[in-house]
This record gives sequence, C-alpha cells and structure tokens, in this order.
Amino acid sequence: MLRDMWLITVKDIRIELASRVVAAQILPFGLLVLILFGMAISPDLAVVGPERRSVLEEIAPGLFWITVLLSSLMALGRSFAVESADGNLDAILMAGMDPAGVFLGKAGAVLAQMIAVEIVLGFGAFVVFGAPIDDPGLLAATVALATCSIALAGTLYASVGAGLRSRDTLVPLLALPVLAPVLLAATMATRDALFTDATVAGWPWAMLLAVFALLYLGVGMIAFGPLMEET
Amino acid sequence: MSESEPRSSNDAAKPKSTEIATEQTASIGSAHTGSRASRTIGIAALVAVGLLAAFGLWISPPEVSQADAARLMYVHLPSIATMYLMFFITLVGSIIYLRNGSRFWDLLAGAAAEIGVVFNGLTLFSGAIWGKPTWGAYWTWDPRVTSTTVMFVMYIGYLAVRRLELPPEARSRRAAVLGILSFLNVIVVHYSVKWWRGLHQGQTIGIDTKLDGLMLTSLMIGFVAFALTGAWLLMHRFRIEWLQSQIGEVGLDQALAERRAEAAGYNPSDSVGGLA
Repeated sequence: MLRDMWLITVKDIRIELASRVVAAQILPFGLLVLILFGMAISPDLAVVGPERRSVLEEIAPGLFWITVLLSSLMALGRSFAVESADGNLDAILMAGMDPAGVFLGKAGAVLAQMIAVEIVLGFGAFVVFGAPIDDPGLLAATVALATCSIALAGTLYASVGAGLRSRDTLVPLLALPVLAPVLLAATMATRDALFTDATVAGWPWAMLLAVFALLYLGVGMIAFGPLMEET
Repeated sequence: MSESEPRSSNDAAKPKSTEIATEQTASIGSAHTGSRASRTIGIAALVAVGLLAAFGLWISPPEVSQADAARLMYVHLPSIATMYLMFFITLVGSIIYLRNGSRFWDLLAGAAAEIGVVFNGLTLFSGAIWGKPTWGAYWTWDPRVTSTTVMFVMYIGYLAVRRLELPPEARSRRAAVLGILSFLNVIVVHYSVKWWRGLHQGQTIGIDTKLDGLMLTSLMIGFVAFALTGAWLLMHRFRIEWLQSQIGEVGLDQALAERRAEAAGYNPSDSVGGLA
C-alpha cells in the first residue's frame, strides 16, 4: 500500500513538474485573491483596541485560509482532471493497485503541492496584510495539520466527482461544507500564532485539526475503494 | 411498503422482456404513487395538521416570556425531529445498500434525503421567523443555527450526487458512501461550531424545560403531525423514484421489442444499419 502511495504521489508530482499548472495557474490565482481581499476590505480601516490593528491585519488569518481553501479546490480538481483521460483511474485500479494506496498517493501529491502554494501565499499575506508572527511553531503545526486535513478530506470528496462533466461545479459544493471545521480551526489557531494578544488558545484548535486529519485518513482509506468501483 | 414488493415486481418484469410494453407496464404494479397505506397516512396527517393548528393557534395558552411567538415551537421542533428522522433513514438506507445492493434501500435513502432537505429548509425558515421576535435577528451565529445551515448545503450536495450522469450502480454507490459520510460530518461540524461559539459568548436561549400541560400536548401533536406528513411525502417520493427506475428498464425492453418487430418485416434495401 505504501509503495502504491509513493508511486502515485511521485507520478502526480512529475505531471505537475512537467505541466506547471499549480505553479503557473493556481498559485497566481491565490495571490490574486489576496490582493482582491485587500481591495474589497479597505486597508485604511483601523480597529479600535490596544493594538489598533487595521481590519485587514485583524482578519488576515481568515482571509489567508479562505484563499488556501479556494486554491486547494483548484488543486483537487486538477488532481482528478489528470486522471480523466482514457479512464486512467480505472486502469490504475484494474492494474491491481491498492485503492487505499491510490487514495493516499493522490492526497500526498495534493499535500505537497498545497504546502508549496501556502508557503508562497503565506509570504504574500505577510507582506500585503502586514500581520506579525508571534509563535512560529504553532503556525507551522497549524499549516501542516490543516493542509493534511484539506488534502485528505478534499481528495475523498473530489473523487466523488472523478470522471464527470459536472466535476467542476460539484466538488466545491461537496467539499466546502466538509472543510468548514478545518477553516474554523485553522483560522483560530493562526490567530493565536500571529497575535500576542489573541484571546484564543491555538493548540487545542491545532489538535482538532489533527483529529480531523486522522479521521479522514481512516475514512478515506476505507471509502475510496467503494467510491471508485465500477466507474 | 415492504422490501419484497418492488423486488418481486422487478423479477416479474424480466421474463417478459420481449413482450409488448403495455403488459410490462402492468407488471411493475400500479403506475400511481398512492396506495391504501399512503392514503391512510395522508388522511391521518391531514387530521393531525388540523389538530395542530387548533391546539397551536387557539387552545394552548400564550407563553409567559415570549407570548404568542412561542407558538412557533409547535412547528419548529417537529420539523427538526422529522429532518433528523429523514437523514437517519438516509444513513440506514445507505449502509444497507452498501452491504447488499438493495435497490429498495438505495431509493429510500435518496427519497428520505430529499424530504429531509425540505424539512431542513423549514427548520431554518421557522427558526429565522422565530428568532426575529425573540433574539432580535433572523440570523445568529448560534452553533445550532450555523451547523444546521451547513448540513442543509451538505445534503443538497448529496442530492446533486444522486443526479450525476453515471451508470446507476456507480451513482448509487457514490451516493451511499456520501449518505454515510454526511451524517458523520454533521456531528463534526456541529461540535466544531459549538466549540467556536463557546469561546465567545453562548447564545443560550432554549425552550423552557417546564411546559404547561396544554403546550406539551400541542407540541406532541406537532411531532405526530410532522412525522405523518414526512412519512406520507416519503412514500410518494419513493414510489416516484421507483417508477422512474422502472421506466429505464421498461423503456429499454420496449425499444428492443420494437426493433425486433421491425426486424420481423426486415427489408435490406431500406435499412440504415440500425439495431437488428
């Protein structure tokens, strides 16, 4: 199973290295969303409080994770779009690969790509929203756990739309409600990681992300096989 | 409606596949969605709704703190109960379908989800018009309001999967997996949102636990009326799904029979290479 996972992950990353869709389309899209948020929410609005942060700075954690979610929807769509030609996924499964391994492989590739996207988006958000970083350890843990959650749950739900014409409209509808707790937990934990005066405790939210990721690790490995059968 | 009924009629349809369509239509049972059971439940539901209106609007007294606005309870709480009942049927139907491939449970799961979404919408709507006079707003970031709304969208997604352009077997399997996952997600979303709101301020405006006898009676009538209405809708919705799934099969058989009839009077000169 781990070997199958590795093969699929490497295959998907090779496809990305050759096609550069994530680097040349999804990443610029994410950066654009960050800029658009700044335009929609004026950077001049100051928040009343001891720190007198601007509204943009104050809500930067939420804006960042919304941007990540939107970008990840595109990455998830891409992950199954590359399999849609010639019934690729059927062929992979008929070749005797373990469905759980295929699931983990697809999720692993999405994880690797999204981490790369998030690092760049994080720098972008740091620059345009001007938020400080108080606790880098918590921030790194949050990014890692939230991205695992998005990759695992997202891959499972994206697979429901695999090989369908209505995939692009279906997958966001299915995945976003499920990922709502991830957005919630990641935003709360990031608030604590960024601001010294944050009123939330970040680590319990990071633990919730870990539980979510573990839950979807198990659920995905069980459910992926039945989902893909006879497609 | 028993599980064996649709199955046996399904089996009965198969040997007759070469016969003409009218006989096949007869073999799938009544083309109507009503039956004696559904009519009985429908009449009972009508009576219960009438009673609910009488008790809810006139007979039960106004509540102490909320006055007449509290009467919305008789509609709001029953629609929540019926919604959960329907989603639970979807969960059970999905599990059974994945275990034994029963078309009955697959279609029942889909029909129940549809009725559940209707009652979910009613829950949100009645909650909003109840929230305005009591909480001062149609919407609050109360954990239950938020998670119920996310659940609404989640089951709309489930219904979208049931309409995918896939072979019926694959579609049913994907829907069944989703039917189970959705129930799990409702729990995850609910607790995460509850935790989120718990860190700020809890909007804990519940219903008084001590209900006046007449109010309790009215509420009970509400539960019965909504459950009966839900059951009546479910039976009809299931029957429509069932007939629709039969149309596919009968339609194919009919087309085959027609082609065979054409082949009987086959003339090579005017054939354009159709099915033979």
